[in-house]
Amino acid sequence: MIASRTRIGIIAGTLIIFGLGVTLYKSITLGLPLLPEQYRDVWTIESKVTFEPSEGPVEVTLTLPEDNNGWIILNENFSSSGFGFTIVEDDLGSHAQWTRQDVKNPTTMYYKAQVYEQPGELTQPDMPTNVKKLQKLQKLPSDQRQAFEFFVNGLREKSIDDESFVSLLLQAFLNSEENQEIQFILRSTHEGTINAIQQVLIFAGIPAHPIRGIQLEDGRRRQTLSVLLEVYNGSDWVIFNPADATSGLPEDFYIWKRGDNAVLTVIGGENSRLEFALVNNKLPLRTIVSMEEKSNEFAVLDFSIYALPIEQQGIFKGLLLIPVAALVVVFMRIVVGISTSGTFMPILIALALIQTTLLVGLAMFLLVVGVGLWIRTYLSHLNLLLVARVASVVIVVILLMAVVAILSYKLGIDQALTVTFFPTIILAWTIERMSILWEEEGGHEVLVQGGGSLSVAVLAYLVMSNRYVEHLTFNFPELLITLLGVILLLGKYTGYRLSELYRFREMKKRL
Amino acid sequence: MIRLISPRSLRSLGIVGMNQRNIGFIGKHNKRSNYRLVDDKLLTKKIAIEKGNIPVPELYGVVEYLFEIESFLDELQQRDGFVIKPVQGSGGKGILVVIGRHGENFIKSSGVEINDSDIRHHITNTLAGLYSLGGRNDRAMVEGLIDFDSSLKEYSYEGVPDIRVIVFQGVPLMAMMRCATHKSDGKANLHQGAVGVGLDIATGQSLCAVQNGVLVTEHPDTGAVFSELRVPHWDKLIELAASCNQMTGLGYIGADIVLDRTSGPMLLELNARPGLAIQVANQAGLMHRMQIAMEIIAGTDDPALRIRQAKERFASAPPLAG
Repeated sequence: MIASRTRIGIIAGTLIIFGLGVTLYKSITLGLPLLPEQYRDVWTIESKVTFEPSEGPVEVTLTLPEDNNGWIILNENFSSSGFGFTIVEDDLGSHAQWTRQDVKNPTTMYYKAQVYEQPGELTQPDMPTNVKKLQKLQKLPSDQRQAFEFFVNGLREKSIDDESFVSLLLQAFLNSEENQEIQFILRSTHEGTINAIQQVLIFAGIPAHPIRGIQLEDGRRRQTLSVLLEVYNGSDWVIFNPADATSGLPEDFYIWKRGDNAVLTVIGGENSRLEFALVNNKLPLRTIVSMEEKSNEFAVLDFSIYALPIEQQGIFKGLLLIPVAALVVVFMRIVVGISTSGTFMPILIALALIQTTLLVGLAMFLLVVGVGLWIRTYLSHLNLLLVARVASVVIVVILLMAVVAILSYKLGIDQALTVTFFPTIILAWTIERMSILWEEEGGHEVLVQGGGSLSVAVLAYLVMSNRYVEHLTFNFPELLITLLGVILLLGKYTGYRLSELYRFREMKKRL
Repeated sequence: MIRLISPRSLRSLGIVGMNQRNIGFIGKHNKRSNYRLVDDKLLTKKIAIEKGNIPVPELYGVVEYLFEIESFLDELQQRDGFVIKPVQGSGGKGILVVIGRHGENFIKSSGVEINDSDIRHHITNTLAGLYSLGGRNDRAMVEGLIDFDSSLKEYSYEGVPDIRVIVFQGVPLMAMMRCATHKSDGKANLHQGAVGVGLDIATGQSLCAVQNGVLVTEHPDTGAVFSELRVPHWDKLIELAASCNQMTGLGYIGADIVLDRTSGPMLLELNARPGLAIQVANQAGLMHRMQIAMEIIAGTDDPALRIRQAKERFASAPPLAG
């Protein structure tokens, strides 16, 4: 039988070499960069089409976004089991079409695309011909036409050119509750605000069309399409946002489709919905490109985190960092010898710090734990049973968090709102432990252990939020295997802890 | 400037660090399944009496459930002094020593008076597992007060001094007396500020004293000079400690022993994870002693012989001056 030390050595060595090997392989053969370089915000947009089938065959058509609107589509894929699937091209662009004879249950289809912004000018669309619509408008009953005319003339008087006309118009629609003309127009067009605005513009002879797209927000689920208006001012197309009457393309707005035609049509179904889940990864461009090129050739890439659905990717982004934090804790405890209250409490604090940012987080933590300790001192006079006492501390902690959040919001300190990211139960137990420590061994020990925990947490936070660490863990998850090997080795470390060099300092006298 | 010692000199002194202790000593020689024999102080007491025929402090009673507290408090009213401990306490936490009465009130070893409800609170905390390993639900045990040997009185302030002997398979490796101080609140725990006095395995004569990792020459509260300390009943005490490995089936343990005025050495408790500060108090490393102990163990099976050889080989040169 091999000595356990040797065995661990072999196992750990194998793990370390395996992890590093796969990493190197991916880096050398597949060209994934080891160091983060030129970074791009790559958005993964997962579009989810849901509907409830009614009678008869089902045909779902989803108009696909095009590359030309300042965004580049890296890759896209589709999924829906049991449906026939084609991509149809026509003069309106390309559409994904799912068809099936008979559908029984509410069904979901996915279209996932990875896109990144290509800075540069927006392509200007062709002049649309709004003639048909204008003709249609002219056939309106006279009272409606008069309303349109009256409204448009009113705005014309107040505006100097087409752009200011549009601004005024959008503002008028934003405050439409008291404006009887707008109410009348809305009632007569039946088709919602955007449509009404567009009709007014057409009536005023200003070419306009809607732009449908997605306001990108990292981690956002169930985002829906938003609508902008693109208006021709005589020489250029200008984008207006009807939601706040501002002009210009909002930041992080992904243009899906220009024009009036619906993005999603479902035949043979009802209650159809189109929702998006969004995740932002900062990725080196080279990674993306080589992944795109080679994902079909190499199985390794097919098994990377990128193969997962987007929501899980987002979760893994954080999850993959935890082992690194664990390594920090193991190292600090075994090699340095810092005592922490609770073995892995520092990791949880560090995770919270990632959400809150360092200084705000530390301030929040100290505030909540400090006030919690103070209240806990009172509770200890009440002579409660332990479980009830900890439960009371949990409630007190939540109340404290609420108070901090509300106060800071009222004061306009938005960062403090992130206090909610601290794990409540952990905070409560920290308070309880610290309080006992205080009673049993005095404030000094509280400072030592609390300070130890916090410094390990801060260190873990610094490591986790490091750009390189984030890049490596996410792109080379096999490094976790290496990490496992290192931790196994540390588990067999029998050398002195750094703190013991101080602890045994008095031994010198003997030499 | 923080004064440090180099790893090289620590190694040459044979000092055992925490990691080495956990892996090389405890992990290797102490079987996990036998831990409960020492973690559960009632079990320790039981096997000490039944298997080892070792004297232990008298057990007044055990509280397991909350409802038992009231009747138990009534019982305590009859007593002048007692010690309440968590059965599975760790690190000396949760030990309440009452040394006398003042009317309805109890007097703690520190002189502070407490009342019924303080004791009730302490017991409920104990039962909830506040002081116990891993925070598990626990029981509270109440023991008789130790009437400790008067020759040691001046070395301890407001508390009972106990003698920690680290034994490895019947070979006593190292010993120290732990003297309570005002700072340690009458507790004999080094990390709470008690003084550790290293003792010569052969004679029980003091070698060196340490408080909070710093060498001291006299007791900070009583002023007693440690170099004059010599623990009585030494041979009996070492013999008692050495028998504990056999009794528990644990290879490497720390035996905490008190000297009672009438009964002599008594086993207070056993510890499967004895601390390392004893090395500073002895100004010697456990590693070297462990190696010698291995030789002794390989040489003989006879418990008495192992002890004798340990005494011969671990005997100190004349005590150090400060």
